[in-house]
Amino acid sequence: MVLALLALGLVATALLLSVLLHAGARGKARRAQSRHRRRGRPGFEPGDPGRERRAEQRARELLRSCVNDEEWAMYRDLGFISVPGRLAGTRALDGEPSRPERRGSEPPYAYLIYPHKPIVAYVPQTRRLLSEYCVEFPDLTGAISDTRLPDSDDVLAKWMAVTGDESRLLRNANMHLPGRQVDPTRIRRDLWRLAEWERQRGGPDSAELSSR
Amino acid sequence: MARATEHREPAIKFLRMKPGHGEVLLAEGDPSVLEDEERLVEEFRRQLDHGMWAAAPTVDPDTGRREAQLVREYAEIPDQADRVIFFPRAAGG
Repeated sequence: MVLALLALGLVATALLLSVLLHAGARGKARRAQSRHRRRGRPGFEPGDPGRERRAEQRARELLRSCVNDEEWAMYRDLGFISVPGRLAGTRALDGEPSRPERRGSEPPYAYLIYPHKPIVAYVPQTRRLLSEYCVEFPDLTGAISDTRLPDSDDVLAKWMAVTGDESRLLRNANMHLPGRQVDPTRIRRDLWRLAEWERQRGGPDSAELSSR
Repeated sequence: MARATEHREPAIKFLRMKPGHGEVLLAEGDPSVLEDEERLVEEFRRQLDHGMWAAAPTVDPDTGRREAQLVREYAEIPDQADRVIFFPRAAGG
């Protein structure tokens, strides 16, 4: 009886090993075929660790050539750009009449533009957070997986959309209350950093210019 | 399809943001030259047909502030623009 069970176990083990070896061989062949197909595909570039870095470097140069000097310095130093909202003549995002002269020369509201994060609207005078505008710029033309722009291109796309046609951008974005995707604590810390940065660059006059 | 005014730099570049690459040069030419203009118009339409948005970086002549102008047609490109940047259209995230 014991001998029979041992023989049965040996046969089962042999069958199991055979199945596993075949499965491994088939997987290896599939992986090799997949590699071969990818290499033959136009535009395929095998592992290039510097590709993303070079793309980002080009994007930074383009951003620098388009935005204002203080906006570039802000992005370089702080990692985001503050852009004033300009939907004048309509109601501002906080529901109050949008009048630039409402409180000195501060814009009634402004946006914080981060790479690959929602645009955050806020009131510069009070640092009150108004809303998040979740927006992406996915490049779906001819791309299957690589649809994400370099960080600085994403910032430039948002900057061009905000300064070029704010209403159109807002229509295409999903609006949420603050805190949905970006931590409000982080935003408040960044607003404090921005105020300190503006102060160090030349005091309140400079701060006003920078926030325009 | 003439641009807004004739007083502009002789050449304009069409750039496109591309994932993994940064910007790529699509076309460049002198809009006052008929052949160049036809090529530019064709490229402009092609990019918009692909779902791109087009923006021309500009400088406010009064304040010197830099900003952008989104353009939907070739004829809307500001005469002082020396480049148009195409980027994927915005989508709710």
